[in-house]
Amino acid sequence: MTEAAPDMSAAPIKGRTDRLQAGLKARYARERRFKLYGVMAIAVAVGFLLLLLGRIIEQGHTAFYAHELTVPVYMDPARIDRAYPQGTNFQLLVAEQQLARFGITDDAQGTQATAMRTLLSSELKFRAAAMIRENPALIGQTVSVTAPVSDEADLYYKGEITADTPAAQRRFSDQQMVWLDRLKSEGAVRSQFNSALFQNGDSTEPEQAGVLGAVVGSALMLLVTALIAIPIGVGAAVYLEEFSPRNRITDLIEVNINNLAAVPSIVYGLLGVALFINWMNLPRSSPLVGGLVLALMALPTIIIATRSSLKAVPPSIREAALAMGASKTQTVFQHVLPLAMPGVMTGTIISMAHALGETAPLLLIGMVSFVPGIPGGLTEPTGALPSLVYIWENASERAFHERTAAAIMVLLAFMIVMNAAAILLRRRFERRW
Amino acid sequence: MIWFFLPVLIALSALAFFGGRGLASRRALASATKAHSRPSQHGFYALIWVGVPAMVVLLAAAIFSGPIEQSVMQAGAPDAVAQLEPFRRDAFFNDARLVGAGQSPHQVWPQDLAEPLAREARRYADLSRLLSLGGIVGALVAAVLGGLFVYTRISPTLRARNRVEGWIGGVLFTCSVVAVLTTLGIVFSLLWDSLRFFQTVPIAEFLFGTQWSPQIAIRADQVGSTGAFGAVPLFAGTFLIMLIAMCVAAPVGLFSAIYLSEYASRTSRAVFKPILEILAGVPTVVYGFFAALTVGPAFREAFNGLGALMVGGPLDGLGQYLMLVQNQMALVAGAVMGIMLIPFVSSLSDDIINAVPQSLRDGSYAMGATKSETVKRVLLPAALPGIAGALLLAMSRAIGETMIVTMAAGLAANLTLNPLDTVTTVTVQIVTLLTGDQEFDSPKTLAAFGLGLTLFLVTLLLNIVAQRIVQKYREQYD
Repeated sequence: MTEAAPDMSAAPIKGRTDRLQAGLKARYARERRFKLYGVMAIAVAVGFLLLLLGRIIEQGHTAFYAHELTVPVYMDPARIDRAYPQGTNFQLLVAEQQLARFGITDDAQGTQATAMRTLLSSELKFRAAAMIRENPALIGQTVSVTAPVSDEADLYYKGEITADTPAAQRRFSDQQMVWLDRLKSEGAVRSQFNSALFQNGDSTEPEQAGVLGAVVGSALMLLVTALIAIPIGVGAAVYLEEFSPRNRITDLIEVNINNLAAVPSIVYGLLGVALFINWMNLPRSSPLVGGLVLALMALPTIIIATRSSLKAVPPSIREAALAMGASKTQTVFQHVLPLAMPGVMTGTIISMAHALGETAPLLLIGMVSFVPGIPGGLTEPTGALPSLVYIWENASERAFHERTAAAIMVLLAFMIVMNAAAILLRRRFERRW
Repeated sequence: MIWFFLPVLIALSALAFFGGRGLASRRALASATKAHSRPSQHGFYALIWVGVPAMVVLLAAAIFSGPIEQSVMQAGAPDAVAQLEPFRRDAFFNDARLVGAGQSPHQVWPQDLAEPLAREARRYADLSRLLSLGGIVGALVAAVLGGLFVYTRISPTLRARNRVEGWIGGVLFTCSVVAVLTTLGIVFSLLWDSLRFFQTVPIAEFLFGTQWSPQIAIRADQVGSTGAFGAVPLFAGTFLIMLIAMCVAAPVGLFSAIYLSEYASRTSRAVFKPILEILAGVPTVVYGFFAALTVGPAFREAFNGLGALMVGGPLDGLGQYLMLVQNQMALVAGAVMGIMLIPFVSSLSDDIINAVPQSLRDGSYAMGATKSETVKRVLLPAALPGIAGALLLAMSRAIGETMIVTMAAGLAANLTLNPLDTVTTVTVQIVTLLTGDQEFDSPKTLAAFGLGLTLFLVTLLLNIVAQRIVQKYREQYD
């Protein structure tokens, strides 16, 4: 009996270890699979980010250069009104002269000249008219004028419209392509940095449309937002963190702030429409209203960030100040707040960057409308960078697609700068207690 | 234009500060007693008494001049205008105000109204000039009176520090009340216009009606379009897109959180966390652009290609359908929105998983469990309520998200659960209703506020529940 006992128990143990061995394999396999899921999840996120940025750069990089045409123009005295040069149809003038140079005779309706004309930007007219106005003596002479080609012609030179493009998707005849090729082979066309993109406001002509108006509008709006949201947000946080008694009212305020942080941004837009535009009669699509709406939106984030950095200041600082006879207010404003400032700044900059990218409320307060030029003041109608992206994305002209992506790149560049500033600030000044 | 007085007010306040400070030290020297407060505290005291009353007057003038103008104008309106329907009348006054301010009117008015328009515009201009002048004079008077008061009060025995600190406390409290006021503002503005909307459209029809076509006749005698405001298709569309988004965001976000908190080395964590933060920082309009111009066409081509393979086979019907799929489908908006939510779900879950005490992990490892078994059988059950809260917060985000759906989901109010169909959402309709041709106070624009109220209430409910859950869960391990 005593000898048999080990044998009898050894068999089940051996069986169990076998089973465990076999099970172990499955368990390790499961472990590897589980880890793989995690890696895949990260890969999805990273891959998507790369795809997103890659696509935007791919679509947008072509917008940073544009093609310019330099042609000799005979300033025909019969066609140009000395007193009113901008009344002259310079595009048609140039088109006809080019046709004559190519040796093409036009029909009575001027179909060929019209076809040629569409290859030229209306910027040509403005430049030529400006030259005449500056120096009327040019009339009757042959002057070389440089101006962008039209948006479609530009796309052709960039290779986005080719002879292979299905006819339905191009507003281009084969003949026009031949002309463009000829102009290019003559060396009249040059590819240049697209300065219009950074010097102009919005325009209905893609080749003249730029982001400057929207950048200025966004900057004015952020200025209003910062002036309102930062003092109020920091003040509220200081009150809640340093002064407030623990009671029902402050609890209510706290819950309220947490909920406000999660209210959808479009609801703030509705608030802006009802409160600032309908009730206070502030001007629609102005940076003032936009800034106010964004300020209300940024407020909870700033409060939350400021509170957490105030919390990080150790109580010993407060106690030391109080022990030296400082009042509560002096303690907070002369010691605690300065020490919490780097954290406050970081949180504030990040929330400003968020406000810069916010679009939905701006659409409701009227920033979808077309605003040419560059805004001059807080109450004038203006666009904003994110709403410009939305407007251009909806535009039917194909050339706006690359410009949309370019506008996104400008927007992202501003956000990267702001976030980098926040990170630098945190690195440079953050104190660990 | 009343705000042009603001720099003057600031200058006056600065003057008050320096004057008060100087006065305090001079009077303290003269009386040869030890002053209770420091001179600069007297300066702030003077600043408060000069700046605050003037500021209050200015603010009141700015806020109330609009309503006062409106009521005065409407009281004295000529008969031809008073007989217009309310919508037209408001538009008329709006234009009169624009003309009075030197801008061009929104619409062209018929001959019999053009002449009253010019007259009303002049009245508007006069009235608003009078009101802002009144505001500025009132502010000046208030500042001077405050200054005189301070001049008599400043003395070495004045407890200026206590007074100023009391004011500072009051100002800080007011700052924190702004947050509450914002909430009240949201609730009242939504409620006010929603109630007006529900006077024309019964609330039951709005909540349970299945027809949504807000193209309403502007004049009562216009034929045809009466407008239908049944919001069920919008709710269904919102829900469908939210569901698709959560199907992407929940697993991917959760697994990346698990990987980052349990598996990743310190260095890879330091690399991947910022990448997720970048993903979170990308503006939604950029996601919308990407969805509309990259994901949409790619999905359409994929489905059309798939359909072409199926046509003629046993699944011919499905193939025919897939061939006709368009760019704007619920799946595109949902998938991209899901990607947008990944960092949100991931960072919340990361916090929650990290909050599970280390002792639970150690216990599990000591029993011979592998990492994945620890995660699945110990961490996740322990963190479940918190993760549920995080997912609820993500849902509320998905419901309120606007730009992606506006750019990629479409406008057709189809009542469907087919992810390949175009659907529209509550937020898309708010944007379309308020960005079209503007006719404030028509049921069409008021409907936007009804939708906004619904959206606000639903997201508020989700947030409150989620925050409760997360809070409870945190307390459990504190």
